[in-house]
Amino acid sequence: MPPPSARRTGFSRKAQYGLFIGYVVAVGGILFAGLLLVVAVVDPKGFSALRGLALDATAPVSAGGRSVVRFFAGTGEAVGDYFFAASKNAELRRQLEAARPRLIEAQALEVENRRLKALLGLSRTIDNEVTTAHIVGSSFDAVRRIAVLSAGSGDGVRPGQPVRGPEGLIGRVLETGRGASRVLLLTDGASNVPVQLVRDGTPAIATGRGDGTIDVKPLEVGANRFRPGDIFVTSGTGGIFPPNIPVAVVVRATPDDTIARPIADPARVDFAIVLPVYEPAVGELERRAEAVP
Amino acid sequence: MSRIAGSIADVWLQDVRRQYLPIIATVVACLVDLLPIVVTTPLIPDFGFMVLIAWRLLRPEMWVATTALPLGLFNDLVAGPPLGQSMALWTIVFLAFDVMDARLVWRDYWIDWFAAALAILLYTFGCWYIGWLMGSRINIAVVLPQLGLSILAYPLVARLVLALDRWRLAR
Repeated sequence: MPPPSARRTGFSRKAQYGLFIGYVVAVGGILFAGLLLVVAVVDPKGFSALRGLALDATAPVSAGGRSVVRFFAGTGEAVGDYFFAASKNAELRRQLEAARPRLIEAQALEVENRRLKALLGLSRTIDNEVTTAHIVGSSFDAVRRIAVLSAGSGDGVRPGQPVRGPEGLIGRVLETGRGASRVLLLTDGASNVPVQLVRDGTPAIATGRGDGTIDVKPLEVGANRFRPGDIFVTSGTGGIFPPNIPVAVVVRATPDDTIARPIADPARVDFAIVLPVYEPAVGELERRAEAVP
Repeated sequence: MSRIAGSIADVWLQDVRRQYLPIIATVVACLVDLLPIVVTTPLIPDFGFMVLIAWRLLRPEMWVATTALPLGLFNDLVAGPPLGQSMALWTIVFLAFDVMDARLVWRDYWIDWFAAALAILLYTFGCWYIGWLMGSRINIAVVLPQLGLSILAYPLVARLVLALDRWRLAR
Protein backbone atom coordinates (compact mmCIF):
# COMPACT_ATOMS: atom_id res chain seq x y z
CA MET A 1 0.00 0.00 0.00
CA PRO A 2 1.42 3.42 -0.92
CA PRO A 3 1.95 5.87 1.92
CA PRO A 4 -0.77 8.53 2.30
CA SER A 5 -0.08 11.65 0.29
CA ALA A 6 1.32 14.65 2.12
CA ARG A 7 -1.09 16.75 0.08
CA ARG A 8 -3.98 15.01 1.91
CA THR A 9 -3.69 16.55 5.34
CA GLY A 10 -6.44 14.66 7.14
CA PHE A 11 -7.64 16.33 10.33
CA SER A 12 -4.35 17.93 11.41
CA ARG A 13 -4.98 21.66 11.64
CA LYS A 14 -1.26 22.36 11.58
CA ALA A 15 -0.78 20.42 8.35
CA GLN A 16 -3.83 22.09 6.80
CA TYR A 17 -2.59 25.57 7.61
CA GLY A 18 0.92 24.69 6.43
CA LEU A 19 -0.40 23.55 3.06
CA PHE A 20 -2.67 26.58 2.76
CA ILE A 21 0.13 29.03 3.53
CA GLY A 22 2.30 27.22 0.98
CA TYR A 23 -0.26 27.91 -1.72
CA VAL A 24 -0.71 31.52 -0.59
CA VAL A 25 3.04 32.01 -0.91
CA ALA A 26 3.05 30.37 -4.35
CA VAL A 27 0.24 32.56 -5.68
CA GLY A 28 1.88 35.61 -4.10
CA GLY A 29 5.11 34.61 -5.85
CA ILE A 30 3.32 34.40 -9.19
CA LEU A 31 1.84 37.86 -8.66
CA PHE A 32 5.27 39.19 -7.70
CA ALA A 33 6.81 37.63 -10.80
CA GLY A 34 3.99 39.18 -12.86
CA LEU A 35 4.91 42.54 -11.36
CA LEU A 36 8.55 42.00 -12.35
CA LEU A 37 7.35 41.20 -15.87
CA VAL A 38 5.31 44.40 -16.00
CA VAL A 39 8.42 46.31 -14.95
CA ALA A 40 10.37 44.48 -17.69
CA VAL A 41 7.77 45.42 -20.32
CA VAL A 42 7.42 49.04 -19.23
CA ASP A 43 11.07 49.71 -18.45
CA PRO A 44 13.40 47.15 -20.07
CA LYS A 45 16.41 48.71 -18.33
CA GLY A 46 15.01 48.01 -14.85
CA PHE A 47 17.01 45.53 -12.74
CA SER A 48 19.90 46.03 -15.14
CA ALA A 49 22.35 45.93 -12.23
CA LEU A 50 21.14 42.49 -11.10
CA ARG A 51 20.95 41.11 -14.63
CA GLY A 52 24.34 42.58 -15.49
CA LEU A 53 25.86 40.89 -12.44
CA ALA A 54 24.44 37.51 -13.49
CA LEU A 55 25.68 38.11 -17.03
CA ASP A 56 29.19 38.89 -15.79
CA ALA A 57 29.19 35.76 -13.65
CA THR A 58 28.15 33.45 -16.47
CA ALA A 59 29.70 34.92 -19.63
CA PRO A 60 33.30 33.76 -18.90
CA VAL A 61 32.03 30.15 -18.85
CA SER A 62 30.62 30.55 -22.35
CA ALA A 63 33.70 32.46 -23.51
CA GLY A 64 36.05 29.72 -22.31
CA GLY A 65 33.89 27.05 -23.89
CA ARG A 66 33.67 28.94 -27.13
CA SER A 67 37.39 28.65 -27.75
CA VAL A 68 37.20 24.93 -26.97
CA VAL A 69 34.36 24.57 -29.49
CA ARG A 70 36.39 26.42 -32.10
CA PHE A 71 39.41 24.22 -31.41
CA PHE A 72 37.45 20.99 -31.74
CA ALA A 73 35.57 22.17 -34.80
CA GLY A 74 38.97 22.83 -36.40
CA THR A 75 40.53 19.45 -35.52
CA GLY A 76 37.38 17.59 -36.56
CA GLU A 77 37.58 19.13 -40.00
CA ALA A 78 41.29 18.35 -40.28
CA VAL A 79 40.79 14.66 -39.43
CA GLY A 80 37.88 14.43 -41.87
CA ASP A 81 40.00 16.01 -44.61
CA TYR A 82 42.70 13.38 -44.10
CA PHE A 83 40.35 10.43 -44.46
CA PHE A 84 38.32 11.71 -47.38
CA ALA A 85 41.20 13.16 -49.37
CA ALA A 86 40.70 11.08 -52.56
CA SER A 87 36.95 11.52 -52.94
CA LYS A 88 37.29 15.15 -52.01
CA ASN A 89 39.95 15.63 -54.66
CA ALA A 90 37.68 14.30 -57.39
CA GLU A 91 34.80 16.36 -56.15
CA LEU A 92 36.90 19.51 -56.02
CA ARG A 93 38.07 18.93 -59.60
CA ARG A 94 34.47 18.62 -60.72
CA GLN A 95 33.57 21.79 -58.82
CA LEU A 96 36.48 23.61 -60.42
CA GLU A 97 35.21 22.70 -63.91
CA ALA A 98 31.77 23.96 -63.02
CA ALA A 99 33.13 27.09 -61.39
CA ARG A 100 35.24 28.29 -64.33
CA PRO A 101 32.38 29.87 -66.31
CA ARG A 102 31.02 31.36 -63.10
CA LEU A 103 34.42 32.94 -62.47
CA ILE A 104 34.23 34.89 -65.69
CA GLU A 105 30.74 36.02 -64.82
CA ALA A 106 31.96 37.03 -61.40
CA GLN A 107 34.76 39.12 -62.86
CA ALA A 108 32.24 41.00 -64.95
CA LEU A 109 30.06 41.45 -61.90
CA GLU A 110 32.98 42.71 -59.87
CA VAL A 111 33.61 45.48 -62.33
CA GLU A 112 29.97 46.45 -62.18
CA ASN A 113 30.04 46.16 -58.41
CA ARG A 114 32.99 48.49 -58.11
CA ARG A 115 31.23 51.04 -60.28
CA LEU A 116 28.02 50.83 -58.23
CA LYS A 117 29.90 51.07 -54.95
CA ALA A 118 31.71 54.14 -56.10
CA LEU A 119 28.33 55.54 -57.07
CA LEU A 120 26.93 54.91 -53.61
CA GLY A 121 29.99 56.16 -51.79
CA LEU A 122 30.06 52.91 -49.82
CA SER A 123 33.10 53.01 -47.61
CA ARG A 124 34.73 49.92 -46.13
CA THR A 125 36.67 51.68 -43.46
CA ILE A 126 35.21 51.86 -39.99
CA ASP A 127 36.39 55.17 -38.59
CA ASN A 128 35.04 55.07 -35.06
CA GLU A 129 34.35 51.97 -33.02
CA VAL A 130 33.64 51.52 -29.34
CA THR A 131 35.31 48.14 -28.97
CA THR A 132 35.87 44.76 -30.61
CA ALA A 133 34.72 41.55 -28.92
CA HIS A 134 33.68 37.95 -29.46
CA ILE A 135 30.17 36.56 -29.69
CA VAL A 136 30.37 33.85 -27.01
CA GLY A 137 26.89 32.37 -26.81
CA SER A 138 23.19 32.90 -27.22
CA SER A 139 19.85 32.22 -25.61
CA PHE A 140 18.32 28.81 -26.37
CA ASP A 141 14.94 30.42 -25.98
CA ALA A 142 12.15 29.52 -28.40
CA VAL A 143 11.08 33.08 -28.91
CA ARG A 144 13.89 35.58 -28.51
CA ARG A 145 17.12 35.67 -30.52
CA ILE A 146 19.70 37.16 -28.19
CA ALA A 147 23.48 36.64 -28.25
CA VAL A 148 26.08 37.25 -25.55
CA LEU A 149 29.01 39.51 -26.37
CA SER A 150 32.29 39.38 -24.43
CA ALA A 151 32.50 43.13 -23.80
CA GLY A 152 30.49 45.22 -21.37
CA SER A 153 30.14 48.64 -19.85
CA GLY A 154 33.77 48.40 -18.69
CA ASP A 155 34.77 48.58 -22.36
CA GLY A 156 32.43 51.48 -23.08
CA VAL A 157 29.51 49.40 -24.40
CA ARG A 158 26.12 51.01 -23.73
CA PRO A 159 22.59 49.69 -24.39
CA GLY A 160 21.36 50.72 -27.83
CA GLN A 161 24.70 50.69 -29.62
CA PRO A 162 24.77 48.85 -32.96
CA VAL A 163 26.97 45.75 -33.34
CA ARG A 164 28.43 44.62 -36.64
CA GLY A 165 30.69 41.84 -37.86
CA PRO A 166 33.18 41.97 -40.72
CA GLU A 167 30.45 40.97 -43.20
CA GLY A 168 27.57 43.03 -41.94
CA LEU A 169 25.21 44.11 -39.19
CA ILE A 170 24.63 41.70 -36.28
CA GLY A 171 22.25 43.60 -34.04
CA ARG A 172 21.96 46.06 -31.21
CA VAL A 173 23.15 45.99 -27.58
CA LEU A 174 20.24 45.19 -25.26
CA GLU A 175 21.76 45.20 -21.78
CA THR A 176 25.26 45.31 -20.37
CA GLY A 177 27.25 43.94 -17.45
CA ARG A 178 30.76 45.07 -16.58
CA GLY A 179 32.46 42.58 -18.87
CA ALA A 180 29.70 41.13 -21.03
CA SER A 181 26.53 42.27 -22.75
CA ARG A 182 23.48 40.87 -24.49
CA VAL A 183 22.89 41.66 -28.16
CA LEU A 184 19.45 41.68 -29.78
CA LEU A 185 20.09 39.90 -33.09
CA LEU A 186 18.62 41.07 -36.40
CA THR A 187 16.50 37.92 -36.50
CA ASP A 188 14.72 38.69 -33.21
CA GLY A 189 11.09 39.68 -33.57
CA ALA A 190 11.67 42.94 -31.70
CA SER A 191 14.48 44.09 -34.01
CA ASN A 192 13.55 46.73 -36.58
CA VAL A 193 16.24 48.15 -38.83
CA PRO A 194 15.64 50.84 -41.46
CA VAL A 195 17.30 49.58 -44.65
CA GLN A 196 17.54 50.47 -48.31
CA LEU A 197 17.93 48.40 -51.43
CA VAL A 198 21.48 48.65 -52.77
CA ARG A 199 20.22 48.50 -56.37
CA ASP A 200 18.10 51.67 -56.35
CA GLY A 201 17.87 52.93 -52.76
CA THR A 202 14.27 51.84 -52.13
CA PRO A 203 13.68 52.32 -48.39
CA ALA A 204 12.35 49.41 -46.34
CA ILE A 205 12.15 48.10 -42.77
CA ALA A 206 13.88 44.82 -41.85
CA THR A 207 12.09 42.99 -39.03
CA GLY A 208 13.23 39.67 -37.55
CA ARG A 209 10.97 36.65 -37.85
CA GLY A 210 12.45 34.69 -34.95
CA ASP A 211 13.50 31.67 -37.02
CA GLY A 212 16.77 32.94 -38.45
CA THR A 213 15.26 34.95 -41.28
CA ILE A 214 14.25 38.56 -41.74
CA ASP A 215 11.07 40.04 -43.14
CA VAL A 216 11.69 43.07 -45.37
CA LYS A 217 8.76 45.43 -45.79
CA PRO A 218 8.95 48.27 -48.30
CA LEU A 219 7.85 51.65 -47.04
CA GLU A 220 6.06 52.44 -50.29
CA VAL A 221 2.86 50.65 -51.22
CA GLY A 222 2.63 48.91 -54.57
CA ALA A 223 3.81 45.73 -56.21
CA ASN A 224 6.72 43.93 -54.57
CA ARG A 225 9.79 45.01 -56.49
CA PHE A 226 12.33 42.98 -54.53
CA ARG A 227 13.93 39.97 -56.21
CA PRO A 228 15.86 37.02 -54.76
CA GLY A 229 19.51 38.02 -54.43
CA ASP A 230 18.77 41.66 -53.71
CA ILE A 231 21.02 43.09 -51.02
CA PHE A 232 19.92 45.54 -48.34
CA VAL A 233 22.14 47.92 -46.39
CA THR A 234 21.27 50.15 -43.46
CA SER A 235 19.90 53.50 -44.55
CA GLY A 236 20.81 55.47 -41.43
CA THR A 237 17.28 56.85 -41.24
CA GLY A 238 16.27 57.64 -37.69
CA GLY A 239 19.79 57.33 -36.32
CA ILE A 240 21.18 54.44 -34.19
CA PHE A 241 22.41 52.36 -37.15
CA PRO A 242 25.06 54.05 -39.30
CA PRO A 243 24.29 53.96 -43.04
CA ASN A 244 25.70 51.48 -45.57
CA ILE A 245 26.28 48.44 -43.36
CA PRO A 246 25.20 45.28 -45.23
CA VAL A 247 22.15 43.76 -43.53
CA ALA A 248 20.40 41.05 -45.51
CA VAL A 249 20.09 39.28 -48.84
CA VAL A 250 16.66 38.31 -50.19
CA VAL A 251 16.09 34.56 -50.48
CA ARG A 252 12.40 34.50 -51.38
CA ALA A 253 10.11 37.18 -52.72
CA THR A 254 6.37 36.72 -53.18
CA PRO A 255 3.87 39.47 -54.04
CA ASP A 256 2.96 39.69 -50.34
CA ASP A 257 6.20 39.41 -48.45
CA THR A 258 9.95 39.30 -48.84
CA ILE A 259 12.05 36.89 -46.80
CA ALA A 260 15.73 37.69 -46.41
CA ARG A 261 18.71 36.07 -44.71
CA PRO A 262 21.13 38.11 -42.59
CA ILE A 263 24.49 38.53 -44.31
CA ALA A 264 26.52 38.24 -41.10
CA ASP A 265 25.83 34.88 -39.42
CA PRO A 266 26.37 35.41 -35.66
CA ALA A 267 27.07 31.68 -35.24
CA ARG A 268 30.12 31.87 -37.48
CA VAL A 269 31.33 35.44 -37.08
CA ASP A 270 34.67 35.49 -35.26
CA PHE A 271 34.58 38.96 -33.82
CA ALA A 272 32.03 41.70 -33.53
CA ILE A 273 32.57 45.44 -33.57
CA VAL A 274 30.49 47.67 -31.32
CA LEU A 275 29.80 51.02 -32.97
CA PRO A 276 28.69 54.24 -31.31
CA VAL A 277 25.06 55.21 -31.74
CA TYR A 278 24.76 57.02 -35.06
CA GLU A 279 23.40 60.53 -34.78
CA PRO A 280 23.18 62.13 -38.21
CA ALA A 281 23.89 65.83 -38.43
CA VAL A 282 20.97 67.93 -39.60
CA GLY A 283 20.67 67.83 -43.37
CA GLU A 284 23.14 64.99 -43.87
CA LEU A 285 20.48 62.44 -44.70
CA GLU A 286 18.81 64.75 -47.19
CA ARG A 287 22.12 65.25 -48.95
CA ARG A 288 22.64 61.49 -48.99
CA ALA A 289 19.18 60.94 -50.40
CA GLU A 290 19.89 63.39 -53.19
CA ALA A 291 23.22 61.73 -53.95
CA VAL A 292 21.54 58.38 -54.58
CA PRO A 293 20.09 58.42 -58.10
CA MET B 1 29.56 1.34 -2.16
CA SER B 2 29.27 -0.21 1.25
CA ARG B 3 25.84 -0.30 2.83
CA ILE B 4 27.23 0.94 6.10
CA ALA B 5 28.59 4.46 6.18
CA GLY B 6 32.27 4.49 7.08
CA SER B 7 32.41 7.86 8.76
CA ILE B 8 30.45 10.94 9.75
CA ALA B 9 31.58 12.58 6.51
CA ASP B 10 30.03 9.73 4.51
CA VAL B 11 26.74 10.13 6.32
CA TRP B 12 26.83 13.86 5.65
CA LEU B 13 27.63 13.32 1.98
CA GLN B 14 24.75 10.85 1.54
CA ASP B 15 22.44 13.25 3.31
CA VAL B 16 23.41 16.13 1.05
CA ARG B 17 23.01 13.94 -2.00
CA ARG B 18 19.57 12.79 -0.94
CA GLN B 19 18.34 16.29 -0.15
CA TYR B 20 19.93 18.53 -2.73
CA LEU B 21 20.55 16.41 -5.82
CA PRO B 22 17.20 17.35 -7.47
CA ILE B 23 17.89 21.05 -6.97
CA ILE B 24 21.48 20.72 -8.21
CA ALA B 25 20.35 18.72 -11.25
CA THR B 26 17.82 21.41 -12.17
CA VAL B 27 20.36 24.19 -11.70
CA VAL B 28 22.86 22.36 -13.89
CA ALA B 29 20.17 21.87 -16.53
CA CYS B 30 19.51 25.63 -16.46
CA LEU B 31 23.25 26.18 -16.97
CA VAL B 32 23.06 24.27 -20.27
CA ASP B 33 22.09 27.68 -21.65
CA LEU B 34 25.68 28.78 -21.11
CA LEU B 35 26.94 26.33 -23.72
CA PRO B 36 28.92 28.37 -26.21
CA ILE B 37 26.62 27.66 -29.13
CA VAL B 38 24.94 30.44 -31.05
CA VAL B 39 21.52 29.29 -32.19
CA THR B 40 19.59 31.27 -34.76
CA THR B 41 16.72 28.81 -35.24
CA PRO B 42 14.74 27.73 -32.18
CA LEU B 43 15.12 23.94 -31.91
CA ILE B 44 16.84 23.11 -28.62
CA PRO B 45 14.44 22.28 -25.75
CA ASP B 46 14.59 24.27 -22.52
CA PHE B 47 16.42 21.69 -20.41
CA GLY B 48 15.97 23.54 -17.12
CA PHE B 49 12.19 23.35 -17.43
CA MET B 50 12.22 19.76 -18.70
CA VAL B 51 14.33 18.50 -15.79
CA LEU B 52 12.19 20.48 -13.37
CA ILE B 53 8.90 18.93 -14.49
CA ALA B 54 10.51 15.48 -14.73
CA TRP B 55 11.48 15.69 -11.03
CA ARG B 56 8.09 17.07 -10.11
CA LEU B 57 6.21 14.28 -11.89
CA LEU B 58 8.54 11.58 -10.56
CA ARG B 59 8.46 12.73 -6.91
CA PRO B 60 5.25 14.71 -6.31
CA GLU B 61 5.85 14.86 -2.54
CA MET B 62 9.34 16.26 -2.72
CA TRP B 63 8.72 19.83 -3.77
CA VAL B 64 6.03 22.29 -2.79
CA ALA B 65 4.84 24.73 -5.45
CA THR B 66 6.97 27.51 -3.97
CA THR B 67 10.19 25.69 -4.89
CA ALA B 68 9.67 26.76 -8.48
CA LEU B 69 10.04 30.44 -7.55
CA PRO B 70 13.78 30.56 -6.68
CA LEU B 71 14.61 28.06 -9.42
CA GLY B 72 12.71 30.20 -11.92
CA LEU B 73 14.55 33.30 -10.71
CA PHE B 74 17.85 31.51 -11.26
CA ASN B 75 16.83 30.49 -14.78
CA ASP B 76 15.74 34.07 -15.55
CA LEU B 77 19.10 35.42 -14.46
CA VAL B 78 21.20 32.84 -16.26
CA ALA B 79 19.29 32.29 -19.48
CA GLY B 80 18.29 35.87 -20.20
CA PRO B 81 14.49 35.98 -20.53
CA PRO B 82 12.82 38.99 -18.87
CA LEU B 83 13.01 38.73 -15.08
CA GLY B 84 9.91 37.00 -13.72
CA GLN B 85 9.07 34.94 -16.81
CA SER B 86 10.26 31.54 -15.57
CA MET B 87 9.32 32.44 -12.00
CA ALA B 88 5.68 32.96 -12.94
CA LEU B 89 5.32 30.22 -15.56
CA TRP B 90 7.13 27.50 -13.60
CA THR B 91 5.08 28.18 -10.45
CA ILE B 92 1.83 28.17 -12.43
CA VAL B 93 2.82 24.80 -13.91
CA PHE B 94 3.56 23.46 -10.40
CA LEU B 95 0.16 24.61 -9.14
CA ALA B 96 -1.48 22.97 -12.15
CA PHE B 97 0.37 19.73 -11.32
CA ASP B 98 -0.89 19.98 -7.72
CA VAL B 99 -4.45 20.28 -8.98
CA MET B 100 -3.88 17.32 -11.27
CA ASP B 101 -2.47 15.21 -8.43
CA ALA B 102 -5.48 16.06 -6.26
CA ARG B 103 -7.91 14.93 -8.98
CA LEU B 104 -6.17 11.88 -10.42
CA VAL B 105 -6.16 8.69 -8.40
CA TRP B 106 -3.13 7.23 -10.17
CA ARG B 107 -0.75 8.17 -12.90
CA ASP B 108 1.25 6.05 -15.30
CA TYR B 109 3.93 6.67 -17.89
CA TRP B 110 1.54 7.86 -20.59
CA ILE B 111 -0.35 10.22 -18.31
CA ASP B 112 2.98 11.64 -17.12
CA TRP B 113 4.04 12.25 -20.69
CA PHE B 114 0.68 13.80 -21.52
CA ALA B 115 0.89 16.08 -18.47
CA ALA B 116 4.46 17.03 -19.37
CA ALA B 117 3.37 17.78 -22.95
CA LEU B 118 0.60 20.06 -21.68
CA ALA B 119 3.07 21.78 -19.35
CA ILE B 120 5.58 22.31 -22.18
CA LEU B 121 2.77 23.66 -24.37
CA LEU B 122 1.69 26.10 -21.65
CA TYR B 123 5.27 27.18 -21.00
CA THR B 124 6.19 27.69 -24.66
CA PHE B 125 3.10 29.71 -25.46
CA GLY B 126 3.55 31.65 -22.22
CA CYS B 127 7.06 32.57 -23.34
CA TRP B 128 5.74 33.50 -26.77
CA TYR B 129 3.03 35.71 -25.29
CA ILE B 130 5.47 37.49 -22.96
CA GLY B 131 7.76 38.02 -25.95
CA TRP B 132 4.78 39.44 -27.83
CA LEU B 133 4.08 41.86 -24.98
CA MET B 134 7.73 42.93 -25.07
CA GLY B 135 7.51 43.85 -28.74
CA SER B 136 8.73 40.66 -30.40
CA ARG B 137 6.12 40.20 -33.10
CA ILE B 138 6.89 36.72 -34.39
CA ASN B 139 4.64 34.16 -35.98
CA ILE B 140 3.53 31.48 -33.53
CA ALA B 141 4.44 28.79 -36.06
CA VAL B 142 8.11 29.59 -35.44
CA VAL B 143 8.01 27.97 -31.98
CA LEU B 144 6.27 24.78 -33.15
CA PRO B 145 9.43 22.79 -34.11
CA GLN B 146 10.94 23.41 -30.69
CA LEU B 147 7.62 22.52 -29.05
CA GLY B 148 7.46 19.18 -30.88
CA LEU B 149 11.08 18.40 -30.16
CA SER B 150 10.65 19.21 -26.46
CA ILE B 151 7.64 16.90 -26.16
CA LEU B 152 9.53 14.10 -27.90
CA ALA B 153 12.60 14.70 -25.72
CA TYR B 154 10.64 14.48 -22.47
CA PRO B 155 10.88 10.67 -22.08
CA LEU B 156 14.67 10.91 -22.47
CA VAL B 157 14.91 13.59 -19.81
CA ALA B 158 12.59 11.59 -17.56
CA ARG B 159 14.86 8.54 -17.96
CA LEU B 160 17.87 10.63 -17.01
CA VAL B 161 16.10 12.02 -13.96
CA LEU B 162 15.00 8.51 -12.99
CA ALA B 163 18.61 7.30 -13.13
CA LEU B 164 19.68 10.27 -11.00
CA ASP B 165 16.92 9.48 -8.54
CA ARG B 166 18.05 5.86 -8.23
CA TRP B 167 21.56 7.05 -7.52
CA ARG B 168 20.26 9.64 -5.07
CA LEU B 169 18.40 7.05 -3.01
CA ALA B 170 20.99 4.29 -3.36
CA ARG B 171 22.46 3.05 -0.10
